[in-house]
Amino acid sequence: MTLNEVQDSIVDDFSLFDDWMDRYQQLIELGKDLPPIDEKKRTDQYLIKGCQSKVWLDADLVDGKVQFTADSDAIITKGIVSLLIKVLTNRTPQEILDADLYFIDKIGLKENLSPTRSNGLVAMVKQMRMYALAFQAKGNNA
Amino acid sequence: MSSFSSKIADIRKDFPILSREVYGKPLVYFDNGATTQKPKVVLDTIEKFYNSINANIHRGVHKLSAESTEEYEKAREVIREFLNAEKTSEIIFTSGTTASINLVAFSFGEVFVKSGDEVIVTEMEHHSNIVPWQLLCERKGANLKVLPFDENGELKVDMLESLITPKTRILSVTHVSNTLGTVNPIKQIIEIAHRHNVPVLIDGAQGVKHGIIDVQDLDADFYAFSGHKIYGPTGIGVLYGKEKWLNQMVPWQGGGDMIATVSFAKTTFNELPFKFEAGTANYIGAAGLAAAINYYKSVGIEQATAYETELLNYATKKLLEIDGLRIIGTTTDKASIISFILKDIHPYDTGMILDKMGIAVRTGNHCTQPVIDHFEIDGTVRASLAFYNTYEEVDRLVEGVAKVKEMFG
Ligand SMILES: Cc1ncc(COP(=O)(O)O)c(C=O)c1O
Repeated sequence: MTLNEVQDSIVDDFSLFDDWMDRYQQLIELGKDLPPIDEKKRTDQYLIKGCQSKVWLDADLVDGKVQFTADSDAIITKGIVSLLIKVLTNRTPQEILDADLYFIDKIGLKENLSPTRSNGLVAMVKQMRMYALAFQAKGNNA
Repeated sequence: MSSFSSKIADIRKDFPILSREVYGKPLVYFDNGATTQKPKVVLDTIEKFYNSINANIHRGVHKLSAESTEEYEKAREVIREFLNAEKTSEIIFTSGTTASINLVAFSFGEVFVKSGDEVIVTEMEHHSNIVPWQLLCERKGANLKVLPFDENGELKVDMLESLITPKTRILSVTHVSNTLGTVNPIKQIIEIAHRHNVPVLIDGAQGVKHGIIDVQDLDADFYAFSGHKIYGPTGIGVLYGKEKWLNQMVPWQGGGDMIATVSFAKTTFNELPFKFEAGTANYIGAAGLAAAINYYKSVGIEQATAYETELLNYATKKLLEIDGLRIIGTTTDKASIISFILKDIHPYDTGMILDKMGIAVRTGNHCTQPVIDHFEIDGTVRASLAFYNTYEEVDRLVEGVAKVKEMFG
């Protein structure tokens, strides 16, 4: 699936829920299902300070594709983290840099990815792009 | 229920915002500790001022400037009376509590604090009442000492005497904790400090809307508060200071209005309170604050506070019926602030779901990180109530929290 096909399938999944409570219930389930990040990585080095909830993020480049692992101490935040990973992991740095993350808006969870909520998600997306940029720069130099 | 509850429906009509909806549900505003809503008289006062009087104060020869100045100084008299200060010259307008505390930390600190001296704060202070003192201590090579609180969130006042030494220059303590709700025995604290000739600053950001304040009876040396937390506009605040201190303190900021004469050789400063009001003052904010205080008085300060306490007790009782809910701040003398956590549920998650139900609470550390660290928690959910809140709204909060438990269970 392309990156946008993954986004579209998430939008499809969420279209089954017609009220906010079901959507959040779904996020909570996704948050619970996302395996916690390695305890060794729950450190300041991987921490994205969101003030309200904490997010930990790490990335590796494997065979030219970026692999993200992430976690949060708040479940709703973690649910969104899980969706972002689904969309952005196992993609080339270029795909990540080009990505237009429209799914969040379409599934009615835009407020969670707004700079007015200090949950760390906006900073996390920025950090994911930074990793992509760094991997790309490294690749070009090699 | 008191007779005050029968007035609530009318009181709510005075606050236009209270009738709005969020996400299609009637707003339940329980974030009064962060800022309070404004009654229509405050909004009208501001609009009228801009529409018919507006002119810079203390400056013009013209009629409008005279009227504007008069309104500003009338506001100062309203504040003086509200705090029962002796003189209007002891009332300084600032931009808020934070500015008031910074003013003292600088202007008092410059004169009275030197290397090796000590400043005392408490473990339950808002960052605004910690950081200005840390900056002062760094500047002067002085030391910051901290009076701790116990598991209920009560200051260990019996330890105060042993913290004070001949090097202690000032004690700064909050009237009411914005996270725990604790009402501190400030009169007793001031008395102890004064026995050792240590002046006391009271951070009144939360305390100012909890009962009648009498700075002379308290014998407070400084009392700081923000307009926006007492039903007034943002960007205006007050520093009360005893004249004997203010006279000895150096100006904080330089500019227009605060000077008597300026030449490049030497500038002499204006008299109190203008010495501390550099630049164009927020005179319209001051008038708005005076309107808010007059409104608060007309509602009945003591009755409003008694009603808030009833509401607090009701909310406490109902919330404690929820399994796994723990209240942080369990002393008996509390203002209408309840911090709580739910077992295994992050405060941010709780806050997000309550928000979706139209209930505005605050989550996190509430700018009191040492308090959160004391309890070794991730933050709290805080409901802070005002006299325009109702029993029904408390019920909605309790239902909301029960729903949160169900969703995350
Ligand atoms: C106890 C306390 N002190 C100081 C402040 C700071 O007030 P302001 O931001 O209005 O200056 C607050 C506000 O959150 C507070 O609750």
